[in-house]
Amino acid sequence: MSRLDINKTYKLYIGGKFPRTESGRYYAVNNSKGNLIANMCLASRKDFRNAVVVARKAQPAWAGMTALNKGQVLYRIAEMLEGRKEQFIAELIAQGSSTKAAQEEVNSSIDRLVYYAGWSDKYLQFFSTVNPVSSSHFNFSKLEPVGVVSIIAPENNSLLGLVSMIAPAIVGGNTVIVLASESKPLTAISLAEVLNSSDVPGGVVNILTGNKDELYSHMASHMDVNSIIYFGNNADYIKSISEFASNNIKRTVFYKNDDLSNDFYESPYAIEKTQELKTTWHPTDI
Amino acid sequence: MQKNENKNMFKASWTYDKAPESTDHVQIKKEYELYINGKFTKPVKGKYFDTINPSTNKKIASVAEATSEDVDIAVKAARKAFKGWSSLSGKERGKYIFRIARLIQERAREFAVIESLDGGKPIKESRDIDIPLAANHFFYYAGWADKLEYAFPNRKPEPLGVVGQIIPWNFPLLMAAWKLAPALATGNTVVLKPAETTPLTALKLAEIIHDSGIPKGVVNIITGAGETGASIVNHPDVDKIAFTGSTGVGKYISNAVAGTNKSVTLELGGKGANIIFEDAAIDQAVEGIVNAIFYNQGHVCCAGSRLFIQESVADVVIQKLKDRMETLIVGDPLDKNTDVGAINSKKQLQIIENYIKIGINEGGDIYQSSCNLPKSGNWCAPTLFLNVSQSHKIVQEEIFGPVLAVQTFRTISEVIEKANNTPYGLSAGVWTNNGAKIFHLTERLEAGVIWANTFNKFDAASPFGGYKESGYGREGGMQGLNPYVKFD
Amino acid sequence: MHPNLNNLPVYDTTGVNERIAKFCSRSIKKSSKNEGLKLAISMIDLTTLEGKDTKGKVQQLCYKAIHPHDSLKDIPTVAAICVYPSYVGVAKKALEGSKINVASVATAFPSGQSNLEVKLYDTKFALDQGADEIDMVISRGEFLAGNYNFVFDEIATIKEACGETHLKVILETGELDTLDNVRKASEIAMYAGADFIKTSTGKIQPAATLPVTYVMLDAIKDYYLKTGKMIGMKPAGGISTSKIALQYLVMLNEVLGEKWMNNKYFRFGASSLLNDILMQLVKAETGMYQSPYYFSKD
Repeated sequence: MSRLDINKTYKLYIGGKFPRTESGRYYAVNNSKGNLIANMCLASRKDFRNAVVVARKAQPAWAGMTALNKGQVLYRIAEMLEGRKEQFIAELIAQGSSTKAAQEEVNSSIDRLVYYAGWSDKYLQFFSTVNPVSSSHFNFSKLEPVGVVSIIAPENNSLLGLVSMIAPAIVGGNTVIVLASESKPLTAISLAEVLNSSDVPGGVVNILTGNKDELYSHMASHMDVNSIIYFGNNADYIKSISEFASNNIKRTVFYKNDDLSNDFYESPYAIEKTQELKTTWHPTDI
Repeated sequence: MQKNENKNMFKASWTYDKAPESTDHVQIKKEYELYINGKFTKPVKGKYFDTINPSTNKKIASVAEATSEDVDIAVKAARKAFKGWSSLSGKERGKYIFRIARLIQERAREFAVIESLDGGKPIKESRDIDIPLAANHFFYYAGWADKLEYAFPNRKPEPLGVVGQIIPWNFPLLMAAWKLAPALATGNTVVLKPAETTPLTALKLAEIIHDSGIPKGVVNIITGAGETGASIVNHPDVDKIAFTGSTGVGKYISNAVAGTNKSVTLELGGKGANIIFEDAAIDQAVEGIVNAIFYNQGHVCCAGSRLFIQESVADVVIQKLKDRMETLIVGDPLDKNTDVGAINSKKQLQIIENYIKIGINEGGDIYQSSCNLPKSGNWCAPTLFLNVSQSHKIVQEEIFGPVLAVQTFRTISEVIEKANNTPYGLSAGVWTNNGAKIFHLTERLEAGVIWANTFNKFDAASPFGGYKESGYGREGGMQGLNPYVKFD
Repeated sequence: MHPNLNNLPVYDTTGVNERIAKFCSRSIKKSSKNEGLKLAISMIDLTTLEGKDTKGKVQQLCYKAIHPHDSLKDIPTVAAICVYPSYVGVAKKALEGSKINVASVATAFPSGQSNLEVKLYDTKFALDQGADEIDMVISRGEFLAGNYNFVFDEIATIKEACGETHLKVILETGELDTLDNVRKASEIAMYAGADFIKTSTGKIQPAATLPVTYVMLDAIKDYYLKTGKMIGMKPAGGISTSKIALQYLVMLNEVLGEKWMNNKYFRFGASSLLNDILMQLVKAETGMYQSPYYFSKD
């Protein structure tokens, strides 16, 4: 007698918990053959708002963790992902990837996490300076996280894209609210499960699934969001996000290059994009 | 007006005779034109506006008003010059910039006098701070021109193209230097607009730039007000806008360039917290408060305009501050003994006076130093508002004048919360003799520049710029190159 | 009354130096300069403190004190002559009929390295010779070793011996290492009974500096606010030009103000300063820069 499979329920990931959307709405995600894979939560602006609240709350403690610790947390994500490789490959295949492409994407994602884990206790050394001022002062500049970042993740490469956007932002001490690929959202929520079972504190990464058209403007306009990353080529989005961002001088980051193997997706400069530079002065005379 | 009186027991008795800086060596023309494509040219529409001496409200000179037609000519000149300038070796570019630095040093005194005449700032500030720092800035970035790849390891920096730069009236020459030096070092060409109330030193700088022999069109300096600025912002062939000014205009610019390929950096307003702990070197802290808010008449985006004093020392600090304010000499910007000069314009004076009215109406206790203000011109006595709170408008909004809002606090966490409780994030000051406390605070204050046991210090090697609504991008230091390069 | 040394104000040297730069950038011209220079003369403790001092040298200096430059009108006399105890009698006699005081250094000047008995005797000897003012030194070794009570008691004992005679307490700031120590020593001296606090003996470099004097003026200010008692200030050593003297006066004017702007509360311990000021005053009167040949050196 054949056994009936248990289908996975995909929910949102907010503040280290997996709530359903407060709106009660869903959208169907089908595989290439047109069969239903999952009913995904169609997140609302209120879900986004809730995520901002928890992300804001979690940010200082996350940024305050030692660089060594943050690096180990990222490395732990990579370890967990490695252990659940097969699930991710299967989901990528279900979402339309070839087996080979799916395997490659999962491997690259794991490697990318390890890459950024390694930067955790190094990027500050790379970007910080001691500035030789012409007065009796010690003067230095160092990076600090910008704070809370909204991310509109790549539509394709639903896992590698997600990891490439999240890792540099969080390794730099930011907390993020990510809108996953709309058409390929499965891996995003599975990644949330990985995050939740590694040592990432609740609220550091928050993942929503839903409709870009509906949510992007809220992600750009929310006054308690410090920066927004948009990966994609939609000119209307870019214009509109920039306009909304101007209301609170939000930092905008636009990634238009589709090729996630490009150097700048694996680079300390990607970390720098969601950092502020702080310069401190102190007298030295005695 | 109910004034909060000061019983000054240490009143100075010796008054210093006037010591006016000589103006003999200064040449100011009656009329100034636009500097476009290596020539001083009349504006297309033939319109001129007056630039005024704010300490007398008398006209100094007529200055050309650039319209969109002139902006277009300037942008075209910059575009034409871009190819040659950007392909010039860094070494050669650097040498032009070194020349500009030297030429400013040679004519420093003339620049200082004109800066004070046109803008109202005390001659000792323009002489000792503005002009030397401007020269230093060119000197600093001249040295970067042939070393750019060391600033960006593993990447190849390229210039952006034509850069539109719009600068404010509070540090006219210095802001021009902050904008021009890194842009030129990285191989961009520039259209720069000084503020309409203080165009003269930028136009004098145009003379120097001309004398440096820099290729025509690399630097274009055009004058005008907001409309001229808007024409630069909206010009389709400008690749980047670098703006220093109010947060309001910054938002307008960031909105206006949305959806274009222009990149933007903004250095905007602030409402800096200046925090005095009970264990601070109180006397230096008092001096720091004075530097923070009365320097340049408080026309400083990074001014420490919100003072937080720990309650246990509040009375002492306020008394010492009042006594110190009494010794500030307010008056003729050209007098070498003047500490606080003229308010930059009639318009700005009205804004400040309006905030003072608001402060009084909201119930703040006002204290003003008892200095005698000159009869003509724009003046504002150094002013404190005591017993105000975070909800007061004068605590929340940038006044851009010599007006300090004073609050007290009890604990470290309380003052951090209050200091960060603002959309601005440009500067902050911390005064304590305890090293751990300094680092605890400087790590947590949300501001781009933190002065610990000092305030309002600037240096070409030191990056400057804001968090939050105080803008983005840095000026000064190695990081000050970032806004003017791109990577493929 | 004892000072509370556990809760003293601290100083940031960079900040103090910046404030000093502001005083130094004051431009003092014309009548305000004239006024300042004359005031400075009236504040001078004309000093000779050398092993090779003789009766003749001290007499010549006293004559100079009374007649700084006879061809200039309206020139005040200096405040005092400052000598070793052995020449107090000579100076007293030479200055008879003038209002110029005789100040004597005492207490095993300049090092202070002797016992209290010797220091007391030294002081009493000077007083017996007719000294109007006593300039004592503190025991810097004891101070740096943290024996503040020792330093306090010594000053208090000497003050007791002085009675009504003005006591200036020399901190020898050039040996105190930090501005915070200068403040601490000032505090000890004022509470122990000093009428004046003085920077230096002139035998140690650096002698008087503007930053050190600034800290001492700040201490005097706070002491006045606490006790209502005005303490005088005497920078000594290294103040040799009119320009420097005017910088000190600008600082005094802007820190302590008019009540201190007189020789009752402010003195310069100096020797060559007088002639430099005289040269400036003659220059102001004649419009011509002067040569030292025309100013008597005693």
